[in-house]
Amino acid sequence: MRVVVDFDLCESNAVCMNIVPEVFEVREDDFLYVLQEEPGEEFRAQVTEAVARCPKQAITLEG
Amino acid sequence: MDRVVVVGASLAGMRAAETLRAEGFAGTLTVVGEEAGPPYDRPPLSKQVLTGQWDADRIALPSGAKPELELTWERGVAAIGLDLAAGHVSLADGRAVPFDGLVIATGAAARWIPGTRAIPGVFTLRTLDDALAIRAALGAGVQRVVVVGAGFIGAEVAASCRARGVAVTMVEPLPQPLSRVLGDVIGRVVAEVHVEHGVDLRLGVGVEAIEAGDHGVERVRLSDGNVIAADLVVVGIGVIPNTGWLEGSGLTLDDGVLCDETTLAAPGVVAAGDVARWPNPLFGEVMRVEHWEHAIDMGAHAARRLLAWAASPSDPALDMAYGPVPWFWSDQYDRKLQLAGRVRPDDELAVVAGSIEDRRFTALYGRNGRVVGAFAMNMPARVVKYRQAIAAGLTWDDALQG
Repeated sequence: MRVVVDFDLCESNAVCMNIVPEVFEVREDDFLYVLQEEPGEEFRAQVTEAVARCPKQAITLEG
Repeated sequence: MDRVVVVGASLAGMRAAETLRAEGFAGTLTVVGEEAGPPYDRPPLSKQVLTGQWDADRIALPSGAKPELELTWERGVAAIGLDLAAGHVSLADGRAVPFDGLVIATGAAARWIPGTRAIPGVFTLRTLDDALAIRAALGAGVQRVVVVGAGFIGAEVAASCRARGVAVTMVEPLPQPLSRVLGDVIGRVVAEVHVEHGVDLRLGVGVEAIEAGDHGVERVRLSDGNVIAADLVVVGIGVIPNTGWLEGSGLTLDDGVLCDETTLAAPGVVAAGDVARWPNPLFGEVMRVEHWEHAIDMGAHAARRLLAWAASPSDPALDMAYGPVPWFWSDQYDRKLQLAGRVRPDDELAVVAGSIEDRRFTALYGRNGRVVGAFAMNMPARVVKYRQAIAAGLTWDDALQG
């Protein structure tokens, strides 16, 4: 499972961070940082939720 | 439960359909949508679609093109009636679609100023067709736009028109833009941002009349006696929940479909999104929420509630009470506005980070000793943290000391 963020689309709404802070973090500089590009399977449900809820549809999940 | 009908093919309805499948519903799943095209995402309509950055294909909802959902589509046909006793939805073309479980997600329609709908050059913005029509008009040499209403739609339309270099006058009867959702203090900051970007902002003024000549709209007459020349008028004065098709169905209609705490409107009937009103236990308030994320969240919740009903119809499922902290964002110029919570005009307000002068700050709203809202302009990370804290019952004193 690999998390890919299209940073041209990302607007740092931080919805993903609300759902799975272990993987996504919007920092004080207002940019999104992917903390784990290949998170463990235990995060699959939450990351899938973050993909669905991203207001910009900027996140994709591969594998 | 073998047959579920979802009425409404936008965000809430599609999310409900996806969730039903994800949770194992294997029966017939019919989605009824009044618009003929595939489901799409609305937030870009007033922004990227209007400015011309994005075309229609860019905003399709992914769920609208997933064959694995095995949806039975009824697209381009409106639902016009509901017979709960017979268990079917009536369609505009005369057919009836039977169901065992029903999801109501018909959203809302733009409110018009009476008598102005037929005037060429006067628009509301709710659908993709609306956005494309406004964009076409802007591309055809419109020079002067009047925006009526400084809510989300009005404020974003004003910003998008300014980005296209068009002169904009925005008229709002309330003292500040967005004052119903943000209060007057933050509303004033939003007002200043618009003025700084060249919007001619008329606050505390109503519209007397929209007047047309031979070729369409020509001017807007204001309640203070001023007259503004206009080639194009966009009316953004709120929405009306689409419940007309439910008149006489036996469901309780009161500015939306009234649900219980769990989103159940009747046995086997749930509602979600802009059309649904329900008592939010977290805020102790019966509310209807028109935000984007809410449609997703409530759509999923309502689907799960329907499945729980099917498994055990007599169980009130009190553990499924739906108590979200509403959240929205709005992009205007280079500012990102976000609010988590539910704000009233007389709430306490405190800036807790950044500064209003810099147009980059976080502010909290408090009521009865609790934090009830967190607003940020260009500080998105903080709102998320406060949103979780509001759900956990953050007190006003703790928030200000922290």
